Amino acid sequence: MNKLNFLSSDKNNLYAYLYSGISLFSLSILIVFLNSFFSLDLTSFLPGTISYFLPLIIGFMGLHLIRIEYSGIKFLDIINKNINTNKFNALLSLLIIFAVIKSLPPLLSWFIIDANFAGDSKDACSGSGACWAYIKTWFNRFMYGMYPNAEQWRINLSFIALAFLGGVGFFATEKFKKYLTLYYVIIYPIIAFLFIFFFISGGPIFFDFSYGIIAAVISIIIGFFVPSKFKMYYFLIIPITIYILLKYVFFYEELIELGKIQAFEWVETGAWGGLSLTFIVSFFCLIFCFPVGLFLSLGRRSDLPIIKYISIGFIEFWRGVPLITVLFMSSVMFPMFLPEDMFIDKLVRVIIAISLFEAAYVAEVIRGGLQALPRGQYDAAKSLGMGYWKMHIFVILPQALKLVIPGIANTFLALVKDTPLIFVVGLLEIVGMLNLAKTNPEWLGFAMEGYVFASIVFFIICYAMSKYSYNLEQKYKTER
Amino acid sequence: MNFKKILPQLLTLVVVILVFGFFSYNAQVNMENRGITFGYGFLSQESSFDVQFSLIEYDGSHSYFRAYLVGLLNTILVSVIGIIFATIIGVVVGIARLSSNYLIERTAAIYVEFFRNIPLLLQIFFWYFAALRALPLPEKAEPMFGVFFLTIKGFFVPAFVWNNLDIFIYSVIAAIIAIIFVRLYAKKKQENHGIQTPVLSISIGLLIILPLLSFFLGGVDASVEIPVIEQLSKTSFTFKGGLKLPPELISLALALSLYTATFIAECVRAGVQGVSKGQKEAAASIGLTPNQVLKLVVMPQALRIIIPPTTNQYLNLTKNSSLAAAIAYPDLVLVFAGTALMQTGRAIEIVSITMLTYLTLSITISIFMNWYNKKIAIKEK
Repeated sequence: MNKLNFLSSDKNNLYAYLYSGISLFSLSILIVFLNSFFSLDLTSFLPGTISYFLPLIIGFMGLHLIRIEYSGIKFLDIINKNINTNKFNALLSLLIIFAVIKSLPPLLSWFIIDANFAGDSKDACSGSGACWAYIKTWFNRFMYGMYPNAEQWRINLSFIALAFLGGVGFFATEKFKKYLTLYYVIIYPIIAFLFIFFFISGGPIFFDFSYGIIAAVISIIIGFFVPSKFKMYYFLIIPITIYILLKYVFFYEELIELGKIQAFEWVETGAWGGLSLTFIVSFFCLIFCFPVGLFLSLGRRSDLPIIKYISIGFIEFWRGVPLITVLFMSSVMFPMFLPEDMFIDKLVRVIIAISLFEAAYVAEVIRGGLQALPRGQYDAAKSLGMGYWKMHIFVILPQALKLVIPGIANTFLALVKDTPLIFVVGLLEIVGMLNLAKTNPEWLGFAMEGYVFASIVFFIICYAMSKYSYNLEQKYKTER
Repeated sequence: MNFKKILPQLLTLVVVILVFGFFSYNAQVNMENRGITFGYGFLSQESSFDVQFSLIEYDGSHSYFRAYLVGLLNTILVSVIGIIFATIIGVVVGIARLSSNYLIERTAAIYVEFFRNIPLLLQIFFWYFAALRALPLPEKAEPMFGVFFLTIKGFFVPAFVWNNLDIFIYSVIAAIIAIIFVRLYAKKKQENHGIQTPVLSISIGLLIILPLLSFFLGGVDASVEIPVIEQLSKTSFTFKGGLKLPPELISLALALSLYTATFIAECVRAGVQGVSKGQKEAAASIGLTPNQVLKLVVMPQALRIIIPPTTNQYLNLTKNSSLAAAIAYPDLVLVFAGTALMQTGRAIEIVSITMLTYLTLSITISIFMNWYNKKIAIKEK
């Protein structure tokens, strides 16, 4: 038998090192574990500082003993390779393991063991743990804001319907696949707007924009039958004509009055709030900022100097200012720019402001994709006789957009994370509602629970989005 | 120029001019109706409001312009603190994410995923309303290392009391100038004779020795003032002396640096991963030592990838510091676009000044970055 050398372990006497090392390592874990879960101090007979560092020293010695390269034992090799490559790594690993063991009991007891789940008033929360009864009582407010309780089914119904309509793309057969872009870019936003307007807001059946929507739908349908030679002139003239005809010729006062009957109780946007408002704001901003950003990026790369410099100025302006000042502008400065009798709803102003703000970021992301395409793609498209729009729609954008999926997803993530800022104009989404609930005299002192709850909600949403974008990226990566 | 090129430009121009004309016409009409005249003269008027925390002397008798400066300096203060800490945390975490140690890599990844996916505003609220509110009252605060007091009313830390501070500052400046000369000399020497000079150790030596000399010869004197608890009234205590960091500043700086650090960590990781393995092997094969490989081959290439997105993050941090308004830290937005706007009612002037300030800041930095990018870009033939 070889001599045991405890300063440098080797493959001879493998098991001697292994057993002593593992027992030392387990001992150190056991000491910390007992100390943190059962507040038992096994090493209390030692002087203070040594007792404090003893687990670290023992564990370090243990890890040192089992650090044997190519031992032939698979499990040991994996451990050595991953957490125990050298002295420094071993020390850091130990520190992390101990920190996790130490922090588990207080976290567990705060979250679950000492927490209160039942009850509907502050008195129910007497324990030292979290008061989840607070979240339970305020749950409706956190989700729907000040929206009347009896009417909340309208929000649920709209969201379910919109989610269902949004999922249509997954079920589309090959035959309908080519219309999906049209559906998602034009038809779906209009349906979504109508849902929000009629159901959630409870608007009248006819309103000023109705004429515009009807005119647009009619002219698009007729547009399919117009020869492509005249299409540009057609779309310049016909929609406006139909709009004027509808507004001033076909619909008489009586008809309009009839149309203004409300189907549902009107709920003003000031009462909207909670998580549903987060969804509404981010959904609409997402829909609007993408096309605006697309046009801005094309404008920035255009050969036409006026369009180019206007786009550059626009993009750099929005990218240079913080969102909070943009919201300030939309709430205090923008009304000064409108005629006195004209009033735009607070929520609409916010959505426009955030959309323009994020559009500048989307534009820069898309520009990155456009720049990454080789010149040959442009030349090839031009040599086939394609014009500017045909070249971009059929050749350039499909490739460029594929390249920038992660970037666009990041921008959308930033958009979702920016929605709490709308508290500046007095709209209270989930974080705003938390701050309101926190100051309620009957529920003082539960700020922590509220913020932890909101953090978990946002983490789930944003993490799911980032994972989804990662999957999309992987899916489209191979095709180029 | 054919017709097809002029028409769209003309249309865009007309639309933009119409929109601007519409807005400014309405603004004029609205202001006339309310009896306000447009102008920046109000900046020199007396502000008559107070600001809790300011780096320069300020009270209600100063002008609105002074209030603007107070806000701007506070914004810069919190941004600089945030940038320093975000860089330190970001670099450490970014390197940790590249570690071969599974536990370290996972811990760093969890940190990044967690703090990146929670809105910054929520984090600021969390630190301010939940975490820092759990600290003890001043009279119950236990000193950390005997001199730091972490209380609910803010952090009280020892302050330096200087004599002849200007001489000390001159000595530091002299040290920096000397270092620049040493570097130039070392470069010239290496180009002409191929001899390397240990620039780093000389620089550190200069930075320590010159300020030390100022202590012995220049009459510079520094003493430490430790905060001492003092009773204001029966139930109210505070600390006298030392430096007070208000809780608003701390929670803002904490949230900003923890949030931005996650993005910087990703930049660092991408940068180091972006240097191909062949570069390191090639450098080692021509006989460079590992330190030289890191200093002369890996770092210059990694920095080229790291620096542009990181500056972008610094810019984002500066813009995000405007969220201070939510917890009443007196930054530019709160002092100027908040209080001053409420008092004067001059929405257009004040919001435009605030926006222009941020715009100038970002455009200056991005112009500098473009110049720097061009300078360090690989010169291909």
